Amino acid sequence: MTVFLLRRLLQAIGVVFAMSVLVFIGVYAIGDPVEILISPDADQIERERAIEALGLNLPLWRQYLVFLGNALQGDLGRSFVFNEPALQLILQRMPATLELAFGAMFIAILLGLPLGLYAGLRPNSIGSKVIMAGSILGFSLPTFWVGLMLIMVFAVQLGWLPSTGRGETVEVLGMRWSFLTWNGLQHLLMPAFNLALFKISLVIRLTRAGVRETVLMDYVKFARAKGLSPSRVTFVHVFKNILIPVVTVVGLELGSTIAFSVVTESVFAWPGMGKLIIDSINVLDRPVIVAYLMMIVLMFITINLIVDVTYSVLDPRVRLESKA
Amino acid sequence: MIGFARAAGVAAISTVVLAGAAQAQTLTMAVGAPVTSIDPHYHNLSPNNAMADHIFDALTAFDPRARLTPGLAESWTPVDDSTWELRLRQGVRFHNGNDFTAEDVAFTLERVPNVPNSPSSFATFTRPIRSVEIVDPHTIRLRTDGPYPLLPTDLASVRILDRETHQNATTEDFNAGRAAIGTGPFRFVAYRPGDRVELERNDAYWGQKPAWQRVSYRIITNNAARTAALLAGDVEFIDQVPTTDIERLRGDQRLSISEVVSLRVIYLALDHMREDGSPFVADNDGRPMTRNPLKDLRVRQALSMAIDRQAIVSRVMQDSAIPAGQFLPPGSYSRIPDYEPPRPDPERARRLLAEAGYPQGFRLTLHGPNDRYTNDARIIQAIGQMWTRIGVRTTVEAQPWTTFIARAGRQEFSAFLVGWGSASGEASSPLRALVASFDRERGWGASNRGRYSNPELDRVLEAALRELDDEKREKLLQEATRIAMDDVAIIPIHNQKNVWAMRRGLEHTARADELTRAQDVRPAAAR
Repeated sequence: MTVFLLRRLLQAIGVVFAMSVLVFIGVYAIGDPVEILISPDADQIERERAIEALGLNLPLWRQYLVFLGNALQGDLGRSFVFNEPALQLILQRMPATLELAFGAMFIAILLGLPLGLYAGLRPNSIGSKVIMAGSILGFSLPTFWVGLMLIMVFAVQLGWLPSTGRGETVEVLGMRWSFLTWNGLQHLLMPAFNLALFKISLVIRLTRAGVRETVLMDYVKFARAKGLSPSRVTFVHVFKNILIPVVTVVGLELGSTIAFSVVTESVFAWPGMGKLIIDSINVLDRPVIVAYLMMIVLMFITINLIVDVTYSVLDPRVRLESKA
Repeated sequence: MIGFARAAGVAAISTVVLAGAAQAQTLTMAVGAPVTSIDPHYHNLSPNNAMADHIFDALTAFDPRARLTPGLAESWTPVDDSTWELRLRQGVRFHNGNDFTAEDVAFTLERVPNVPNSPSSFATFTRPIRSVEIVDPHTIRLRTDGPYPLLPTDLASVRILDRETHQNATTEDFNAGRAAIGTGPFRFVAYRPGDRVELERNDAYWGQKPAWQRVSYRIITNNAARTAALLAGDVEFIDQVPTTDIERLRGDQRLSISEVVSLRVIYLALDHMREDGSPFVADNDGRPMTRNPLKDLRVRQALSMAIDRQAIVSRVMQDSAIPAGQFLPPGSYSRIPDYEPPRPDPERARRLLAEAGYPQGFRLTLHGPNDRYTNDARIIQAIGQMWTRIGVRTTVEAQPWTTFIARAGRQEFSAFLVGWGSASGEASSPLRALVASFDRERGWGASNRGRYSNPELDRVLEAALRELDDEKREKLLQEATRIAMDDVAIIPIHNQKNVWAMRRGLEHTARADELTRAQDVRPAAAR
């Protein structure tokens, strides 16, 4: 297990390093941040001053070495736009995105699993056909459109929920969380549901496919023949076995939800990391872009690791293999 | 959908009214461009300047029509050719109770060029000042190299800080609120980057006190979401209303609209730099040309004349712009009266092209951004069609601003669309930046991306920038503008309108300089 973890760690460092090089070159190729950041009124002297202040007068490889030197000391640079450490900016926005992503996953599992289970156990009922048709919509409707429709219906016309933004926050562990207040939850519901829509469909389909496959297995037949109650067969013998693919996908989806909830965050003016990264890309705020993507790489590696560990908890065969 | 909205509207009105009565003292507003810093000297950017106007004051200020009015300075007079004397307002206090004096002005002028890491500093406004002399606590003299009539205008962009409070204050101190202390109409309460700024009224404000006890200044960058937030009653006031929504909001009984022609002109820049061929101009067989047709005045006139500005304004812009034939909109200082945009005349344009030696026209690629100005990509498409009609077969290429502007700055294009907001509200700003000969030492032509150069214009502009008499200066600026426009240095298309929307019962003073400020909004009844 230790060797396994170590190897993962080395891989992680390699990927993070490669990512920083790619992003550096990529942002450099897109354009010149000074052209975008500087006030149009600025004259040539002011332009040169700004280029120097942001360290953009050096050749690219030297800029990169400066960055690398600082990064090794834990300093990922200061945002051009905010003049605050990039990492701190990202961490400030993290609670908003985390609660959105976990909210969405929670909704996805809460709705997706039972619906999928139902559809799998009664594949020919009308209910399950409705569920499956609905899940196609969930897959194929564009997030931004659904988001706007949700706002139109629930905020503008019915007035039940606030249209955009994050609600009241409370400070816990030095970070601001909004899911602990009623007002915050109201603000969270719509964006989380919007973000969850795709994942609900995904979970439904995975669960249904798993159930359909598992109910035909010998051990399920055997359990039935043994005279176990249908609910025990379903929830112990079937359910446990379909969880493996679901956990894998949910884990990976959680990663991409945290990293790329850009569309939902923009539509709902949710002040999270996705919003930060898209704004930063628009003004070529390189320190933030680089720091963000490096963090995301780290996060994906961690999530994969957790998924692997969860496997071994859920599936004894994986445990046996790693011991051997 | 809209019909349903109306029906639901009745219920909504009652909620809005009730909410209005309960929180008449609070204004919740949403802006489309993010405030990225509370430090008034860190990043010279309209959204940041708009926020700075809430908390801080400058020595001079712009009124809604962008004309200069007194701020913390009550008056300013040139005592000799290179010295301005400013009389400062007495009895003004910072939010922490400190007195405002000439010392603070001197301190501010010193801090402005020295803000670390600034991506766009305010140093351009203070650089002309050679020395500062404090005559008494409420009189200050600023010396420049020779006559510099724009100093009072420049000072409107320099927000005054307190010597005692802001010694060594960093940008982070401002964002955290520790140093967000000014003399302005609002006190700082909280700043959440990308989300909102919370403000409360400064009851000790020296000028007109704002109508709101508290202001929640929210950032909603997505256009549709901002409109929806207003429709849902979550916010009471929004800026940057998208052109597609204007008609619909106008028809909504619960809402009202305020608008004003802005100082931003949308124009086409042309390649004046190359004599022999331009990168995106080719003859009708697609071969590069040996001379640059854009250097010929008749060709430029033809291109300008081919454009039906009224059609662009009414169809592409849905009337949220007015056709432009010069830099500034009507009512501005130094605009040439009675200088109309060229009448669209494809016939004459074709004749001019023939006279210039291009009876069959030529090929051209017109570039532009697709995410910067209102409907930018659609405008160049329209112009492309109009040019093709006179025989200049035009291909249109719209790109994201980030890539576009870097290439435009390297003179890679032949013809391209850009915009210019004359922050100072007078023609010296676009003249100096857009059409004066590129000159690093003088700071001229910094945004002259087509590298237009005309010694005659430079001479008149030079004289204007040395003229302290406002009336004479206006004449000179008009003359310089006329030279640029007659020579088609750039092709102005239109002046954008700024549009705000609010719930009925609010009143807003629309500003030509695009700034969205809570002090410009008040309950309609309070008048």
